[in-house]
Amino acid sequence: MKAIVNVYLKEGVLDPQGKAVHHALGALGFDSVSDVRVGKQIVLDLDAVSMQSAEEEVKRMCETLLANTVIEDYSVEIVQ
Amino acid sequence: MKIVVPQFPGTNCEYDTKYAFERLGFDVQILWHEESLIPAGTDLIVVPGGFSYGDYLRSGAIARFSPIMKAIKAYADTGGYVLGICNGFQILLESHLLPGAMKRNENLHFVSKHQYLKVENSDNRFLRKCRVGERLNIPIAHAEGNYFIDEESLEALYDNGQILLTYCDKDGNPDNPNGSVGDIAGICNKERNVFGLMPHPERAMEPILGSDDGIRMLEGFLS
Repeated sequence: MKAIVNVYLKEGVLDPQGKAVHHALGALGFDSVSDVRVGKQIVLDLDAVSMQSAEEEVKRMCETLLANTVIEDYSVEIVQ
Repeated sequence: MKIVVPQFPGTNCEYDTKYAFERLGFDVQILWHEESLIPAGTDLIVVPGGFSYGDYLRSGAIARFSPIMKAIKAYADTGGYVLGICNGFQILLESHLLPGAMKRNENLHFVSKHQYLKVENSDNRFLRKCRVGERLNIPIAHAEGNYFIDEESLEALYDNGQILLTYCDKDGNPDNPNGSVGDIAGICNKERNVFGLMPHPERAMEPILGSDDGIRMLEGFLS
């Protein structure tokens, strides 16, 4: 089983990297972009008895280590 | 007076920190992060700067789970004094010994220069030798010093006098090198026994280094 975790800064928390990338895209003529958020993706290979138990465990990993919930949100996707 | 300086893989300011406090007459012991006991009679723990665990995931995020951090948390919970400098501050934030979190600097640059700081509160053990409003010239060197805390918690920091240092220019006007909320450079916890700051007072101990203002800060911990 694989877990795909996406971690990104919360809405309302200014994302300096996203802002810089947005600015660079504008300078290259890509005017259609209204906002950019830069996050990170963490892919875990794991053993779990069910997709539900895997998701619960990975969420605990996010709360404990993978995300800093003071400034970051995360999403978890479990794939077979 | 006995100080313990924990050392993580990637820490690089432990010997500067040892040198600085020894100049002030402290007895300093560097302790590997796998240790799980703080020596008896320790008067202060200084979590030093550097790049613990290569800053992987987030600055300080992995160091937080070292055995020695459990001991440091227990030490702080019983009223022991803890000071975190730069990466040490980031580790204390990740450990929830101090509130808030660090983001990448607003301009995305690694900023390394001398920076003036304004003393906002000296009613604490750390800055008791300084005056409120006094300016200190102290080096900064970081890529993630953009301190963030939500508005409600920021109000609590103001109300409790937990904001110790802000970034300013030599005349005391706000001059923020990294985008931190409220120009914050250093804070303490509500109980005022845990302190964190991004600037490096241990690098400002002699005039030949460009400033010796660090002495007035660190000597607050002398008995």
